[in-house]
Amino acid sequence: MNNENMNIDKINSFQKQQNKEEMKKQIITFVLMIAFTVVAFAVVASGLEAIYAVPLILILAVVQVGFQFYYFMHMKDEGHEVPAALIYGGIWVAILVALTMATIIWW
Amino acid sequence: MSQDHSLNPETMPHDPSKATTEGKHKFLGLWFFLGGETVLFACFFGTFIALRNSTAGGPTSQELFGLELVFLMTVLLLTSSLTSVYAIYHMKNNDFKKMQLWFGITALLGIGFLACELYEFAHYITEYGFTFRSSAFGSAFYTLVGFHGGHVIFGLSWLIALMVRNAKRGLNLYNAPKYNTFSLYWHFIDVVWVFIFTVVYLMGAVS
Repeated sequence: MNNENMNIDKINSFQKQQNKEEMKKQIITFVLMIAFTVVAFAVVASGLEAIYAVPLILILAVVQVGFQFYYFMHMKDEGHEVPAALIYGGIWVAILVALTMATIIWW
Repeated sequence: MSQDHSLNPETMPHDPSKATTEGKHKFLGLWFFLGGETVLFACFFGTFIALRNSTAGGPTSQELFGLELVFLMTVLLLTSSLTSVYAIYHMKNNDFKKMQLWFGITALLGIGFLACELYEFAHYITEYGFTFRSSAFGSAFYTLVGFHGGHVIFGLSWLIALMVRNAKRGLNLYNAPKYNTFSLYWHFIDVVWVFIFTVVYLMGAVS
């Protein structure tokens, strides 16, 4: 039996503890994201007027995606300057495109 | 020993996915790709927002969308995002078997999501006659949501290939970056879905 990859005991306990605490934060993130989702669906199901409902669910989506990027995808950690620049570049283009297309039908 | 010792060290580094230069480059490369993907989906979303009321007398979003199924799909995909976080957690603890297990659960949840989406599309086509060619709204809807579904199919194939190929290798510094890049891609699919359920389904239901 080849056991060279089974060196789980050799991860030091400090590191393990750190990973565990990191995982706790991830679970809190997940609970929050589920909560945002439930609120967004509840807002729409409650029949709130579109002028209030639409901005509200858009804000919920942006916050939820922020959690996804910063916690699940670790953008909060060190050494993520380039990923952040790339994603914010992409988001900037996304805003421009959405604005362009939305205004095309307005005028 | 079949592989280079440097890829199977005695003690695994803190983050095995970024311990090698190749791993760091894979990580950066994937983020470059995600930046491009953001632009791609921005174009689909922009098109959809512009055309979502151009139904050409066909079914409208209020007639089509049922929120129960969309909610179920959202929970499935969101949970699969969490299970892949669990998988990476076990990767950092150098526990290969648990990592494979959690990635396996991720794959099952992804398949569940895809099954719901196929059912949804089939339902629209057979019950409402709502197809890609029905209206500009139909084209924009199937392009945006279908392309996201295509990303899910691609991600599932990627994950299953990774899991099968590395099943007997165990975790090492060669394949850890591969798993990590997959996990980032999978989170991104969830990011796109958050905007799809908000912009397409929820905004479609209110307006």
